[in-house]
Amino acid sequence: MKTTSEIISTCQELYDDLNFTAVRKWKEADESRKVIGYMPVYVPRELIHAGGMLALGILGGGDSLEVIHGDAYYQSYICRIPRSTLELALTKRLDFVDGMLFPSICDVIRNLSGMWKLMQPDVYVRYFDVPQNFKDDVGGNYYAEELQELRKGLEGVCGRKITDEDIRRSTAIYNENRKLVEEIYSFRAQSPWQAPSYEVYLLMRAGMVLPVEEHSQLMQDYLVAAKSEDRPMRDNCRIVVQGSFCEQPPLNLVKSIEMAGCYIVDDDYMLVTRWLMEDVPLDGDPIANLASSFLHQSVETAAKYEPDGTRKGSYLLETVRKRAAEGVIFAAPSFCDPALLDRPMLVHVLNDKNIPNISFKYAENSGQMQPIREQAGTFADSIKLWSEA
Amino acid sequence: MSTQPETQDVVKEASMLKQKDMISANYEKLTSTEESGAKVVSTYVPGNLNELIMCFDMLNNLPEINAIQNGMRKKSGGMIMEAEKMGHSEDVCTYVKADIGNMAKGSIAPNGKPMPVPDLLLLSYTGCFTFMKWFELLRDQYGCETTMLQVPYKGDGETTKNMRDYVVKQLKEDVIPALERVSGVKFDIDRLRENMRRSAKAEDDLVWVLESAKKKPSPIDAYFGGVFYIGPIFTAFRGTQDAIDYYRLLREEIEARIAAGQGPVTPEGDMGEEKYRLVVEGPPNWTSFREFWKMFYDEGAVVVSSTYTKVGGVYDYDGFRHDPDNPLESMADYCLGCYTNRNLPERVDMIEKYISDYEADGLLINSIKSCNSFSAGQLMIMREIENRTGKPAAFIESDLVDPRYFSASNIKNRLESYFQMIDQKRRGGGSAPRAA
Repeated sequence: MKTTSEIISTCQELYDDLNFTAVRKWKEADESRKVIGYMPVYVPRELIHAGGMLALGILGGGDSLEVIHGDAYYQSYICRIPRSTLELALTKRLDFVDGMLFPSICDVIRNLSGMWKLMQPDVYVRYFDVPQNFKDDVGGNYYAEELQELRKGLEGVCGRKITDEDIRRSTAIYNENRKLVEEIYSFRAQSPWQAPSYEVYLLMRAGMVLPVEEHSQLMQDYLVAAKSEDRPMRDNCRIVVQGSFCEQPPLNLVKSIEMAGCYIVDDDYMLVTRWLMEDVPLDGDPIANLASSFLHQSVETAAKYEPDGTRKGSYLLETVRKRAAEGVIFAAPSFCDPALLDRPMLVHVLNDKNIPNISFKYAENSGQMQPIREQAGTFADSIKLWSEA
Repeated sequence: MSTQPETQDVVKEASMLKQKDMISANYEKLTSTEESGAKVVSTYVPGNLNELIMCFDMLNNLPEINAIQNGMRKKSGGMIMEAEKMGHSEDVCTYVKADIGNMAKGSIAPNGKPMPVPDLLLLSYTGCFTFMKWFELLRDQYGCETTMLQVPYKGDGETTKNMRDYVVKQLKEDVIPALERVSGVKFDIDRLRENMRRSAKAEDDLVWVLESAKKKPSPIDAYFGGVFYIGPIFTAFRGTQDAIDYYRLLREEIEARIAAGQGPVTPEGDMGEEKYRLVVEGPPNWTSFREFWKMFYDEGAVVVSSTYTKVGGVYDYDGFRHDPDNPLESMADYCLGCYTNRNLPERVDMIEKYISDYEADGLLINSIKSCNSFSAGQLMIMREIENRTGKPAAFIESDLVDPRYFSASNIKNRLESYFQMIDQKRRGGGSAPRAA
């Protein structure tokens, strides 16, 4: 049996490797293999997998990539993820990628899709739009057709038909993966000292580069190992991190929050791993099933419109309740329109329920953790000292 | 966009006075709904459905225009800081914060009267992600009914049947029923056709006006003047007889200027000799609008085409007109075709064509801190245009309505360098210029 330390060491190697060696090796093992990159926040990875391709989550360059070329493409007031992603491309670190998907999340990522088209005319590039109308016969029909167009585009990359049966098989595999992700998250919420957040984070990051089957196995191994190990419990408070769904915080920030006295019992890092909250049905039309799951079973996040104003923030409240959290830390990347525009509304919702919350901003290459530690530490103290519980 | 000039010594032509009267009358209508009983719909400029809204006898209120009005009146700075005090990030769109800060200060219209609470928020989600969050924020404040029209982004540069069908279906199943419900007026498609017929007439004259800048000297400035010219068609007047009359009057004035060999009208009178012909990408700064404009006309620089004047509808590039024979489909095409709903490669193609068709000396980008929809990718646009046309490009930065981000001396220096670069290019000196 592997230990958590061994598993996380593997994940850390994958996290640190900005040349994506593991993915390159996977591709080189068979010349027919193709890789489709995608950016946050959600793409239907099932369709990529159904075409026999690897879905590669590209989350910027983190804090170890020196951005030189990428800065020449962006003004100072634009977030860091597009410039470090361009840096990855311009330095040939993504030269093995056969297609790129840019999900509908904000205008920066949207426009990056056009930049990619101009820079890499030979690569399959698609801006992947999703419905903000959640009626089956309106947004559902539109989305099903978008999925069909994506399916055709992916067939062009993999060079074969993607059948309904292929999609059903892949959907089942991703259903299993999502179940394991939820199991990890639940396990962490129950006993956060047994599954430190930086470990859970690295485990999920591994899912961005590994074949889904390997990632599922890794999570199973981690669960077995984590449950068997005895780790000291700290007198930390329990918090939810909100607003980090696109540009990722540096790993040190995740660690710093916990070291400052806050167990992270839920977060919105890499939402693609748990965007769909329930199993996607396997019988019937697989495209219709994916569309329906998106409309009715997807998480609430800033990239989505909430048609019912009275429900704004209800997902966050439910997460706080479900995970028995004592507070919320809004940690958003600088210049992140979706997270920062959403935040005041969510703060109102929390304040109405007397749920403590604080806010700060970061960039993926933020280096100074002391202010974060102080802010999170003070927040933890205030919860411990003055909360009603 | 449509605003009243800000200072006393502005030279006014008949079309300007006509537009001023139209805007004043509209604000009077908006601020007297308690007496008139008229219902108000708040919506956005890009993808606005004015012809449809008029079918329900509703008034059209546009938050961006209110923010611009407050920007030009030097009031937006305080409103933005008010919103920031309320917890809105310094990083986000200043139109949003000016709007929210204005609400906190009582939502006073330019005529000094309080603006009404909208009866319906019609979120036209076209070409800008921020719109979606902005309306959630407004709904949070107003608590009124909201309906949304999502306009898919043309990521591959074309309008697909699926996109058009989606917009039409939302119009039929969500937007029109909401308008009927709130207004109490039943939808009449023939009324919509009539409105669209009037739109197309005005659009013909607008395009003639914009394309008059192909002449040398250009009789118009298609950016600083252009924002006034697009006012009626982008706001509450598309589909009205007033808009037809305005554009006819404007066209006649410009015909007279062409006949007289005159250049554009500036706030200080005729511009004088045309020395530089520019294409401009990006919105203008509103808080120092006149100072900004002066930096151009003092140097004899005229903007012959601009992308900002396409943000509320593109009528010249691919000849779109509202089509009364296919009203809902045409409305969908209008929304889908707005400038910032087009992908970056298409935006580059448009600018390249403008530079060629209008015989411009180069491209100037005014990059706006607040507006990622425009700004993200503009440095690549600049490189592409330089490579394709061999014409020099320059890049300046400012903001829409936040006075803290307008640095006059920096912008002036940059512009002067740019004009020198154009001179050098004309003389054939040196290597191909790079951006200023």
